[in-house]
Amino acid sequence: MADKIHVQSNINGYDVDFLCESRQSLLEVLRDVLNLTGSKEGCNDGNCGACTVTMDGRIVESCCILGVEAEGKEIITIEGVASADSLHPVQQAFLEEAALQCGICTPGFIVSAKNLLEREPDADEERIRFWLAGNLCRCTGYDKIVRAVLKAGEVMRKG
Amino acid sequence: MQEFEYVAPTSLEDAVKLMAEKGPKAKALAGGTDILIQLRGGRYQIDRLVDVKNIPELNQFSCSQSDGLTIGASVQNYKIYESSEVQRLYPAMVDCASLVGGIQVQGRATVGGNLCNAAPSGDTIPTLIAESAQALIAGPNGQRTVPVEEFCTGPGRNQLADGELLVSVNLPPVKPNYGAAFLRFIPRNEMDIAVANCGASVQLDESRQKIVSAKIAIGSVGPTVIYCIEASNSLAGADANEASIEAAAAAAQKAASPINDMRGTVEQRIHLVGVLTKRVLRIAISRAKGE
Ligand SMILES: Cc1cc2nc3c(=O)[nH]c(=O)nc-3n(C[C@H](O)[C@H](O)[C@H](O)COP(=O)(O)OP(=O)(O)OC[C@H]3O[C@@H](n4cnc5c(N)ncnc54)[C@H](O)[C@@H]3O)c2cc1C
Ligand code: FES
Ligand code: FES
Repeated sequence: MADKIHVQSNINGYDVDFLCESRQSLLEVLRDVLNLTGSKEGCNDGNCGACTVTMDGRIVESCCILGVEAEGKEIITIEGVASADSLHPVQQAFLEEAALQCGICTPGFIVSAKNLLEREPDADEERIRFWLAGNLCRCTGYDKIVRAVLKAGEVMRKG
Repeated sequence: MQEFEYVAPTSLEDAVKLMAEKGPKAKALAGGTDILIQLRGGRYQIDRLVDVKNIPELNQFSCSQSDGLTIGASVQNYKIYESSEVQRLYPAMVDCASLVGGIQVQGRATVGGNLCNAAPSGDTIPTLIAESAQALIAGPNGQRTVPVEEFCTGPGRNQLADGELLVSVNLPPVKPNYGAAFLRFIPRNEMDIAVANCGASVQLDESRQKIVSAKIAIGSVGPTVIYCIEASNSLAGADANEASIEAAAAAAQKAASPINDMRGTVEQRIHLVGVLTKRVLRIAISRAKGE
């Protein structure tokens, strides 16, 4: 087996050290090394967004990044979205609006939508649909997802 | 994915050395949105992946009226379209950089990677050609500069010799009465590979009625992005009107040599080249007029 590389990064607010092979994607590291299985593998080629996490504040697809590229980076996964005692408004809105069926796409949608609303709490439907174009859903038909994000935006604007 | 050695040099000199040592068995890693998927698919067997994101020269990013636009090969697309100076001076770069992939891809993907990957559909390449960009290359024998239209030599093939890296693409300063634009046709609104695309620039004279010079490039309709020399030259000295635009679009259609594939037929692609060239020229002219 190939030599493992020591990587230091900050994941969901915690400084984390891990060992990985150079060929392992960040998604594989999250799921198989760090046991953070919330990020999903849909396509493994950058098209579906199920593996979306934020890296230094921007949404990225963890299947298109190597684990070693996480060195020195701040990463937030779906596990870092809720606070200790409550769901994030985007999560709450997804539940209330029934914006999921099988749920495979949901972690990616929530990470993407939260990042949008943090930048642009006033994002309208068109902006939301554009921002979420890199997240695919086979089940919902997207309408309920968009409605949930609009609702979360309202809640976040009220603060 | 296959095994390989990962290195992340912090100087251009080291990076070139690391590339040269392994010759064709080394590849550069910028945003990884092409290369990692290709490696996973077994397209190449490599020994070493050289991450080029920590090299200062490849992170240069500057834009001004006097010095033009320098895009280091590691600069991600979002930095380009979020820059107010690029929006003001090089809107055609915003047109193309903002439609490569979705927001996630734009957080990683680079213009340098798009150019080096040399896909016939590479969406930033027609604009780079239209804007007369030069590619700055560093290698074991020093640095050289290549006009972007000569950089890609075939599908997935480029000018770079073993050990060479793309450092940056450099767009000359924009003059008054100059405008450029880019459009792509895909069957959905975002996130697809171009069935055809087109970038063009025009330099108008002071009266803004005549075209002094123009550059048109079309993609996804040949083995590389095609610089349409005859169509471009047909506009030099022409009136900036619909008749000239029609003639240039017809000439661009002649330059296209598309294939049939699952995304489109030869006929559809040639039709699209005509439509896109006309639309892009209209936008470029109206931008040149400051409209
Ligand atoms: C979901 C998805 C959607 C996409 N949509 C589009 C689209 O709409 N339009 C489009 O044009 N492309 C698209 N792409 C392809 C890709 O995102 C772009 O080509 C992107 O610009 C590549 O940049 P990168 O930095 O990720 O390149 P990388 O993958 O890092 O590199 C690409 C190639 O260039 C080489 N390379 C990179 N930097 C250098 C350097 N400095 N010197 C020498 N060689 C170098 C690499 O070795 C590799 O061969 C998409 C990809 C995905 C996954
Ligand atoms: S698994 Fe990463 S984009 Fe689909
Ligand atoms: S809920 Fe099943 S893919 Fe979106």
